Amino acid sequence: MKARIKFRKYGVMRFIGHLDVMRHFQKVMRRAQIPIAFTGGYSPHMIMSFAQPLGVGITSDGEYLDIELTEPIGSKQAAEQMNEVIAEGMEVVSFVYIPEEKKYSGMTITAAAEYRVSLLKSSRSAGKIKAVPASWKEAAERFLGQESIVVMKKTKRSEKKVDIRPFIYEIEAEDAGIRMFLAAGSENNLKPDLVMDEFLKFAGEDPDKVPVHIHRLDIFAKNDKIPAETEKTKEKGTGLVTLESLGTIRG
Amino acid sequence: MRKLALNDEILLKIEKPARYIGNEVNSVMKDPEKVDIRFAMCFPDVYEIGMSHLGIQILYDMFNQWEDVWCERVYSPWVDLDKVMRERSIPLFALESQEPVKDFDFLGITLQYEMCYTNILQVLDLAGIPLKAADRSDADPIVIGGGPCAYNPEPLADFFDLFYIGEGETSYRRLLDLFKENKKNKGTRQDFLESAAQVGGIYVPSFYDAAYHADGTLAAFTPNNEHAPSTVNKQVVMDLDDTYYPKKPVVPFIKVTQDRVVLEIQRGCIRGCRFCQAGMLYRPTRERSAERLKEYAREMLRSTGHEEISLSSLSSSDYSCLRELVNFLIGEFKGKGINISLPSLRIDAFSLDVMERVQDVRKSSLTFAPEAGSQRMRNVINKGLTEEEILNGAGQAFEGGWNKVKLYFMLGLPTETEEDMKAIPELADRIARRYYEIPKEKRNGKCQITTSTSFFIPKPFTPFQWARMYSNDEYIARAATVKHAFHDQLNRKSLKYNWHDAEITVLEGVFARGDRRTGKVIEEAYRLGCIYDAWTEVFDYEKWLKAFENTGVDMAFYNERERGMDELFPWDFIDIGVTKEFLKREWQRAMEGKVTPNCREQCSGCGAAGFGGGVCFEGKN
Ligand code: SF4
Repeated sequence: MKARIKFRKYGVMRFIGHLDVMRHFQKVMRRAQIPIAFTGGYSPHMIMSFAQPLGVGITSDGEYLDIELTEPIGSKQAAEQMNEVIAEGMEVVSFVYIPEEKKYSGMTITAAAEYRVSLLKSSRSAGKIKAVPASWKEAAERFLGQESIVVMKKTKRSEKKVDIRPFIYEIEAEDAGIRMFLAAGSENNLKPDLVMDEFLKFAGEDPDKVPVHIHRLDIFAKNDKIPAETEKTKEKGTGLVTLESLGTIRG
Repeated sequence: MRKLALNDEILLKIEKPARYIGNEVNSVMKDPEKVDIRFAMCFPDVYEIGMSHLGIQILYDMFNQWEDVWCERVYSPWVDLDKVMRERSIPLFALESQEPVKDFDFLGITLQYEMCYTNILQVLDLAGIPLKAADRSDADPIVIGGGPCAYNPEPLADFFDLFYIGEGETSYRRLLDLFKENKKNKGTRQDFLESAAQVGGIYVPSFYDAAYHADGTLAAFTPNNEHAPSTVNKQVVMDLDDTYYPKKPVVPFIKVTQDRVVLEIQRGCIRGCRFCQAGMLYRPTRERSAERLKEYAREMLRSTGHEEISLSSLSSSDYSCLRELVNFLIGEFKGKGINISLPSLRIDAFSLDVMERVQDVRKSSLTFAPEAGSQRMRNVINKGLTEEEILNGAGQAFEGGWNKVKLYFMLGLPTETEEDMKAIPELADRIARRYYEIPKEKRNGKCQITTSTSFFIPKPFTPFQWARMYSNDEYIARAATVKHAFHDQLNRKSLKYNWHDAEITVLEGVFARGDRRTGKVIEEAYRLGCIYDAWTEVFDYEKWLKAFENTGVDMAFYNERERGMDELFPWDFIDIGVTKEFLKREWQRAMEGKVTPNCREQCSGCGAAGFGGGVCFEGKN
C-alpha cells in the first residue's frame, strides 16, 4: 500500500538541500519505525519518491513524498511518530493513503505549485519582511494581462527564447508578498525566481537590488485524474487540487 | 526560531551551508544560564571529517551527560567561509549555540594528524584567541589538546595551555571540578594551570623548560614550576563495559565520511607491528563485551536511523567474540535493510563467509596490508603475515568469486633495499598468477590488483622512533623503482600502482618527532597562508619550504638522522606504560630481523601490564 506524506520545511532547514532532505527522511523512517518497504538486492533501499525538489534557501508549507508500506499504520499515529524524531524546522502535516496505480504517484501527477515571494529588508535575513507597494496590485494584473512574456532561457549549450506566460496561472500582489501559481512537474516547470525577476522588471525595479524570500505554499495535481469522492480541498480556478487531497486518512 | 551566526547572504553563497547551522538530530541544546562550564570541542578539519570521529562523539556525550557542562562542536570553516569571516571579522562560533568560541571556558582541540596543525592556528585566529598561550588573559578560554598527536605535543607546546595525555574518559571530571573551584575562589589562569598540572595525564607546557646540546639534540627537559610532575602518565579506561559511550550520536544532515553507527569493539592491538604508533599507545588491549555491544547496536541504530553499522578497532579479527557479534548483527539487522561493514578483517575462511553474506562479491574487493613486500622486511617490521597466508586467502576468495584485491605497503622502512622494493610488484604478480590458475570458465573475467604505497614515517613511542627518514627526492626515486618493477611483471595488465605524495610525508615526519623549536615553522607557515594541508587541492609545499627557510629550522636534522640509542626525546617525559627499554629491545630485534610474538602467544614484558588489566591478564584470574 502507498502513503503520501505532506511536510513543512521552515527555519534553518531552508539551508538543507533536496538530497539531504531525502537522507533525513530515510533516517526519520527508521527512527519513527514506519513500516516502509525496501527494494531487494545486496543494498536494499527504501521505496520513497519526492514530488518536487525544493531549492536551498526556499521554505515550504506543502512538500510531499510518497512511500510504499509493508503493513498499515494509522495516519495520525504515523505523523506523530515522525514528528517526534524529525529535525526542528521540519514537520509532517499529514499522512494519507493513496491509490496503488502509478498515475497517482506524486512525481507523475504534479502539475502546478503555489508560491509566496516576499520582499526583504535586506538579503542578510529572510526573517525581516517588507510590505509590498500598493501600486503592485495593479501591476500584477497588467503583468498577467500580457499575451506573452518572453524570456531568455539559458541551457548548458545555448540560449533560447521561451514564452512563460502560458505557465503562469495566477499572480497577485498581497500585503505579505507576491503570490503566484505556476506550472510545475516534469512537463513545464516554471521557477518562481524567474517569474519574480520578470515581474520586478515589469514593475520598473532592478531584480538584483530587491532581496526576496521564496516560500512554497503547496503542490497541485490536475483534477481530471482524481476520483470524484476525494475532491474536497479548495479547487483552483484552473482545475487543480493539492496532492494531499488525493489521499484518504486512515485510523 | 533558531538564531544563526552567519546571515542568509553568506550561507547562500558558500558551499554546504549545513556545515555551519547545527540543529542536527541528537545535537545537545542547553540553557547557558543553567550550566557552569561552556566547553567547545574542536576537530580542526572540515565538518565532514570532524563529524566522523568517534573519539569526539564519546567526549561530547560524556560532557553533556554532566548537568553543569554544555559541550558544543567546532570545526574548521572551509576555505570559502574562512575568507568571508576574515573579511567581515566574524568570530568563530560553536555549532549548537552559534555563540563565539572566545566566550567559552574551554576550547578542546583533538590532534589526530600532523597535517592539521595550521588549522589549529586558523581556529584560534578566527576565534580571536591569541595564538600563543603566553599571550592569553583570564578572559580567554583554556585551550587544551588531546588525541594521538598529544603524545608528542612539543611542536604545539606554545599554542596550548594544557594537553591531556591519554583516554579522555578518566580525568576530565576532576579537571572541570578544579576549574569551577578556581572560578569560585576567584583564582587566576595561572592558579588553575597549577592545580591542573597535578591531575593525572595533564601536561602544562609552560611549566617545563627544554635545554639543547650544541649538536641540537635535547639535553634536558625539566619542570620549572613546583606543581608540575617530571613525568606525565597516560590515562586509560580499564573497563570498557563500564564507561561512556555515545548511544545517541549526532546525525549530520550532509553526507560525512563515517555516516554510520560505529561500535568500538576494543582498544589497543595485540600484534606489536613495529611501525605502528597506535599499537603501542593504546596498550594494553582491552575488549568490550559482546553483550554490551549488542545493546549499543540496537540503541544506536534506533536513535540515529543510520542504515549502516560498522565495527571499529585496530584489528577486528583479534576480537575474541567476533563470530558471536557478527552473527548477531547479520541475524538481527540484515533483514531490516541495514548494511554491515567490517573493516580491518584478516582474510580467512570465516571473514570470506561473512563478507559473502553482507556484500556483493562482484563489486567488493579484498584488502591485504602486508606493509612490506619481502618476508625479510616483514620480519623487520614484525608484521606476522606470510606470503603463504596472503596467497591462500586470495586463492580462497578468487574461488568464491572475488576478482578485486587491494594491497597496501610502505616504502622507506628501516633497512629497506632495492630487493625489498621490487618484492612489492612481485607479490602483486604472484597474487594475479594465483587468480589465473583458476580455469577460465570458472573465473570472473580479469582480476584487478591495486597496490598502494605510502612512505613510512617513524613515530614517537614505537620501536622505530630511532629510525631515519629520507629526502623528498629519495622517496620519489623509491616509488619510481617500484613502478618500473611493475612493468616487468607477467600480469602487468592486471596490476595497478598508486603512491602517496612525498612532500606531505617529510612535513609529517618533522612534526611527528619534532621538538618545541619546530612550533615556529607551523606559525610561519600559517602566516604565509597555509591551512588545510591535508587537502591536496589546498596544500602548498612551496610555502612550507619558505617557512622552514624563514625560521632557520633544518628539516634534515629531524628527518634524515638516525637517532642515538641514548638520545633524550622530546616526548620522553610522557609515560605510556610501555617502557623505552622494551622499545629499544624491539628496535634491536628489528635490526636482527627477529619477530616478536603477539600478546596472546607470549607476553614480551613491554610494561603495559602495570595498568593491571586487559590482554596481559587474560585468563589469569
Ligand atoms: S605486558 Fe605483555 S601482554 Fe601486556 S601489552 Fe605488554 S607485551 Fe602485551
